[in-house]
Amino acid sequence: MTDKRIYLDNAATTRVAEEVLQEMLPCFRESYANPSAIYGFAGEAKKAVGIARERAASLIGAKPNEIYFTAGGSESDNWAVRAVAEGLGGKGRHIITSKIEHHAVLHTCQYLEKQGYEVTYLDTDEEGKVSPEALEKAIRPDTILISVMAANNEIGTIEPIARIGGIAHERGVLFHTDAVQAYGHIPLHVEEMHIDLLSASGHKLYGPKGVGILYCRENLRLAPLLHGGAQERGRRAGTLNVPGIVGFGKAAALAGETMQERGAREMALRDYLIDRVLAEIPYARLNGPRQDRLPGSAHFCFRFIEGESLLILLDQKGICGSSGSACTSGALDPSHVLLAIGLPHEIAHGSLRLTLSAENTREEIDRTVETLKEIVGRLRDMSPLYEDFVSGIELHFGTDERRKNDRQRKGREKNVQRKSDGSF
Amino acid sequence: MTDNGKAERKMYSEKVMDHFNNPRNMGEIENPSGVGTVGNAKCGDIMRIYLDVDEAGIIRDVKFKTFGCGAAVATSSMATELVKGKTVEEALQVTNKAVMEALDGLPPVKVHCSLLAEEAIHAALWDYANRQGIVIEGLKEPVADITA
Repeated sequence: MTDKRIYLDNAATTRVAEEVLQEMLPCFRESYANPSAIYGFAGEAKKAVGIARERAASLIGAKPNEIYFTAGGSESDNWAVRAVAEGLGGKGRHIITSKIEHHAVLHTCQYLEKQGYEVTYLDTDEEGKVSPEALEKAIRPDTILISVMAANNEIGTIEPIARIGGIAHERGVLFHTDAVQAYGHIPLHVEEMHIDLLSASGHKLYGPKGVGILYCRENLRLAPLLHGGAQERGRRAGTLNVPGIVGFGKAAALAGETMQERGAREMALRDYLIDRVLAEIPYARLNGPRQDRLPGSAHFCFRFIEGESLLILLDQKGICGSSGSACTSGALDPSHVLLAIGLPHEIAHGSLRLTLSAENTREEIDRTVETLKEIVGRLRDMSPLYEDFVSGIELHFGTDERRKNDRQRKGREKNVQRKSDGSF
Repeated sequence: MTDNGKAERKMYSEKVMDHFNNPRNMGEIENPSGVGTVGNAKCGDIMRIYLDVDEAGIIRDVKFKTFGCGAAVATSSMATELVKGKTVEEALQVTNKAVMEALDGLPPVKVHCSLLAEEAIHAALWDYANRQGIVIEGLKEPVADITA
């Protein structure tokens, strides 16, 4: 019924690259041995894991023995924050993070608060950036960890982590960064950026799901996550997920090779998408900065409409996007990120995240924009908020005796100013 | 049809999807007999119901406008269908349960949408009663803010 699917949810997950899949396949039926075994047959699997570890490390200027393979980004975030808290709990019990972190970090911090830790959740500016100055002021003698993401998963804002890491190290505080969205997409360097711990995930960079890494600086004694085996230097027990790890390694290697060219291509398409949406859809707003954002990430709010309705209608036209909308997640509150950047609830509800990959084309973006225009118009026709906006009245709830001048209102509807710069 | 589409359709019944895609009675009524708006921008649903009631107290026409998710649109649409052609007293008996049943159910997290639809009808009836200077037995002043 629909044309070919347009996949614009690459921040949720990516399609595994053909080269990655080809490198993973032999791990299932050929070199399938447990890499911990002693016999020669295990050597191939062991070697493959070693190569993957080198590749994962090299993408961020780390050493292979600083990489721990995990089951994904959420596990790495949980582990990093908890391990530091538990390891340094005797020295201090204060953690600094931001209000726009992924829930893997936020909920771990909330868990630690119940265990008696204190957490400072830093505000961001209206583009979602954490202020290094505010962060510095928040540091106390008992601060043991600063955790600020490298780039935001919803609105794509790239955080000033090099400065944050620099401040952390000057003040003798460990610095963890959730780089799930950034790793393999923008340059990261653990030395230059003063990063002690870093989380990344395979499936955000054309690798497989169910595998991630935690980088941990080699002089740190990372508390084990899982007990019961000597794998990952005794820190994470359990037979290694060899196909996943190999896939991660290949994806990291490819990401390093293609980052510049791929990033430039995605950025050009992203800017084309943003320009068209802001120019052609009235009362649309770009969330996050124009410049310092992930190459493939675009995030909008469309006033007077609600995100879930928008997503369902887009889906019916074969377009996969996502929303920070309440209804999508089943909770009633809109995205914590959109509230943190200061958007009112009713605007935050009308959000749409479109995240591109190198495989997307200009034709796909054109079709997406045309479809969006139609759907946004259709939902606004249905919206009492839009009706009131064009008639120039404030919304009142309850009974309603305000519409006596229907004709006058219809007249005004025609005169609605459409702002071309996309602001409201 | 995309895979996501299938997942979404599992979340919502066929009837909910039908009313979302082809909303019945969407729009406005010029010079309505009664209008009611309920909802809560915080949870992202606002519904408005317009009534056209004849001299005999029968709902001749009804229209809605809704800001909200798929379930919010579908429950508004279904609620208008259920009250159209009924007397105001009969319309008052249309409960959120009836709206949900007519839609073959809603996911638990969307039940509040059906409450909102019931409340929107009540708000419009209340407005009608006020304009007419009458009392509809059993109708209470609507709550402006519904969070279920």
